[in-house]
Amino acid sequence: MPERTFAPFAAWTRFVRRSPLVVTFFAMVLGLLVGAFIIIVTTPTVLDAWRGIFHSWGSPGHALKVTFDNVGAAYRSMFTGSIVDPPQFWHSLTTGHNWSLSLTPISETLTYATPLIIASIGVGIAFQTGIFNIGANGQAVLGGILGTAVGSMIHMPTVIHLPFTLVAGIVGGVVAGSVPGVLKAYTGAHEVIVTIMFNYVIYAFLIYVLLSTSLQQPNQQNVISRTIDPSAQLAPIFGASSGLRVSWGVVVAALVVVFAWWFLERSSLGFDFRVTGANPNAARASGINARVVIVMVFLISGGLAGLAGVVQAQSTTHFIDGGFLIGNAGIGFTAITVALLGRNKPIGIVWGSLLFAALGVGGRAMQAATGIPLDLATVIQSAVVLFVATPVLVKEVFRLRSTHSATLELATKGWG
Amino acid sequence: MRLELRGVTKRFDSLTANDGIDLIVEPGQIHCLLGENGAGKSTLMNLIFGLIRPDEGQMIIDGEPVWFANSGEAVRRGIGMVHQHFMLVPVFTVAENVVLGFEPTKSLDRLDYAKAREDIRRVSKEFGLEVDPDAVIEELPVGLQQRVEILKALDHDAELLILDEPTAVLTPQEIDSLMGIMRSLADAGKSILFITHKLKEVKEAADVITVIRQGRVVGTAQPTDSEEALASMMVGREVILTVEKGSSQAGDDVLAIRDLVVRDDRGLAAVNGVSLDVRAGEILALAGVQGNGQTELVEALAGMRAVESGTITLRGRDITNKSPREILDAGLGHVPEDRQRNGLVLSMSVADNLVLNTPRRAPFARRGTRNLAAVRSNAEHVVKDFDIRATSINEPVSSLSGGNQQKVIVARELSRPLSFFMASQPTRGLDVGSIEYVHKQIVRQRDEGIGVLIVSSELDEVMSLGDRIAVMHQGRITGVVDPSTSREAIGLLMAGVTEEAHA
Repeated sequence: MPERTFAPFAAWTRFVRRSPLVVTFFAMVLGLLVGAFIIIVTTPTVLDAWRGIFHSWGSPGHALKVTFDNVGAAYRSMFTGSIVDPPQFWHSLTTGHNWSLSLTPISETLTYATPLIIASIGVGIAFQTGIFNIGANGQAVLGGILGTAVGSMIHMPTVIHLPFTLVAGIVGGVVAGSVPGVLKAYTGAHEVIVTIMFNYVIYAFLIYVLLSTSLQQPNQQNVISRTIDPSAQLAPIFGASSGLRVSWGVVVAALVVVFAWWFLERSSLGFDFRVTGANPNAARASGINARVVIVMVFLISGGLAGLAGVVQAQSTTHFIDGGFLIGNAGIGFTAITVALLGRNKPIGIVWGSLLFAALGVGGRAMQAATGIPLDLATVIQSAVVLFVATPVLVKEVFRLRSTHSATLELATKGWG
Repeated sequence: MRLELRGVTKRFDSLTANDGIDLIVEPGQIHCLLGENGAGKSTLMNLIFGLIRPDEGQMIIDGEPVWFANSGEAVRRGIGMVHQHFMLVPVFTVAENVVLGFEPTKSLDRLDYAKAREDIRRVSKEFGLEVDPDAVIEELPVGLQQRVEILKALDHDAELLILDEPTAVLTPQEIDSLMGIMRSLADAGKSILFITHKLKEVKEAADVITVIRQGRVVGTAQPTDSEEALASMMVGREVILTVEKGSSQAGDDVLAIRDLVVRDDRGLAAVNGVSLDVRAGEILALAGVQGNGQTELVEALAGMRAVESGTITLRGRDITNKSPREILDAGLGHVPEDRQRNGLVLSMSVADNLVLNTPRRAPFARRGTRNLAAVRSNAEHVVKDFDIRATSINEPVSSLSGGNQQKVIVARELSRPLSFFMASQPTRGLDVGSIEYVHKQIVRQRDEGIGVLIVSSELDEVMSLGDRIAVMHQGRITGVVDPSTSREAIGLLMAGVTEEAHA
């Protein structure tokens, strides 16, 4: 083995070959390259510059410069819009002024990432058990409905009201999750079908409660709920006057991450979950009750999705409307992708959520600064996930191939 | 056909599967390749058959150096391979299977069945392989299916026939018949490369024996050499082939099975009215050709398959149709037939697999929280006690060899208090050294007064391990006999021939 002769180099090679992080990183690089390609072929000025090579008015050097200017501007605005703008940050650091402006990008990214982390961890725990919870979005919506009801229609002091609202969100998710869970455990109904269909039931229920019950904002004809009491809101950490939206929801998400880590790595039930996910036959043979596991997975996964829904309502809008978590805003669906990206591990999911939130927030900044549509961010998000899901391809492109390709098994296993 | 291999080497990453193998198979010769599992036999066969490419070395067929790019080339050059798992289409007829891939056609690309049948009749006659060309494969017994595989190779004009562990699925009588076929093929001038790890068969069939160990040829041997000599050559150290055990001190019944009926996945009564008793301190060995209901019986005992009627009693407690958890708690230790499917979670660590069915028992967990320190220290002890070869207790079980994976299961099941121990095919796919070890553990359990049920399709194992032998055929017990009974008599019971049937 020549690897032994150059020990430090060999260690690096091994790390590069084995670590899933490396593949994720390179998948991101590939995703950004795909984005760059799309910027090139969709930006008229860049295309013109390249066309110029064949005419008298341009040169390859000029074309390259225009390309780098445009792609660079797009990605720069994406970065400064979602993480930090270095000159602005330096200004705050030296003068002590405008902290709010310097920290807004990262605050926005965290705000978007918060419910996503919670929902993705719920989906990830289900994935690790071999269960496809496609219904996270519906569970989040029901969590949002129940949480908003408790937060807006009951009035209590913060110490009681805030936890009650959070718990109401969890309960909403648990209720929504229990239906497919019980159906699968006792009738064998396929969870993918049941959860997808149940999503629509919950969307319809959302419209119903917002139009026909007293949760609807009084004196309103619109599909909109009452506003959550300040005592039940997740307030901005740095106070409302700071202008930074990042809320105490971040703390909730952090607690969820710690809980998920403990649950999967240290708890007996989590062990049962992982055994069931890795080998259901062995799980049965070793005395694990599959029904209990299936129902519990849906309760936990649904509960976390519900929590994500209520945190979203408590920390950003403070009310829910007919479009709550529907369509592109459906964090329950994004959570599936993020769980895949984070390989169903809590820490991986945190990074995955931050990446997705940053691309989303940065995409808006890019659109504002350069006119490149926000959809590009979605393309990059999708490309990154695609590359993460095809580690063999990434390894081929970056020459990371090793015969131990089994180290990177797919995070999920098809529709079991 | 004369096949010669010169210095053939194949490496997989850091593992050298074949290391400078030299081998000559002469025409008309039965050449036996003897080696433990993992010695590199299959790799070598796949190289010859063109399924993988060598790193170094030459293959010379009838004086001409050649490597095949794929198995099709190998077949056209006259090499036939009979795989351990048959490559037949169950719903096709014998004739259809034989011509598959090389179908004779009439005008307009129509299949010429008449010619196919004619070919098969001719080849069967030539080599004494009687098969009805119109029989459907799935309706044939396993021995005949294998005959079809051989026929298929011969129909493609094979001059060299490679048989990969061909006897694993056969009854003793079928094995005898296969040996006869091999001999008549060799007499007709075909070359035969016979791969096995079973010493008895080697001595019976081989003209020349090549022994390989850890990818290297360690020498050649004569069929007249003793089994012990062959075994120690294969393993690289002295081996005790017979199981050392005293007479059993059988006590009361531990397990009582009464009129048990269990259905298989297709809804057929795979276990059809079985009654059996296993006493404390004895080993009851259940013999039978694979697929005669043993699997379903064991699954029913473990709570993995529903019992249709009848009862199972463990230590006076009814465990019929109880959950696996309840049965495990009642004191059943179970080594399942398919260890990777039912016995292990391959992606999890050795330590986790060692507590797979006791994760909640003290000290491994308290109030729902796992005690990883206890899990680790348990693993360290068990790995040492049971001599499990693993680089670390934290590595995934998938990285262990088959023998060590089996040891993990055996160790797990035996390291908790049991009243009854049940093992299906406990030594399947294991090397001689591991077999010796597993057998010793099983006998030790018996000597400690535990009832033991061993299910095995290896007659040698059944006869050397069992204090009593029950034979199963088509879901029924055809006889319970003493281990001193002759192989022939047990073979007849395995084929379903009972004394009543004689009368």
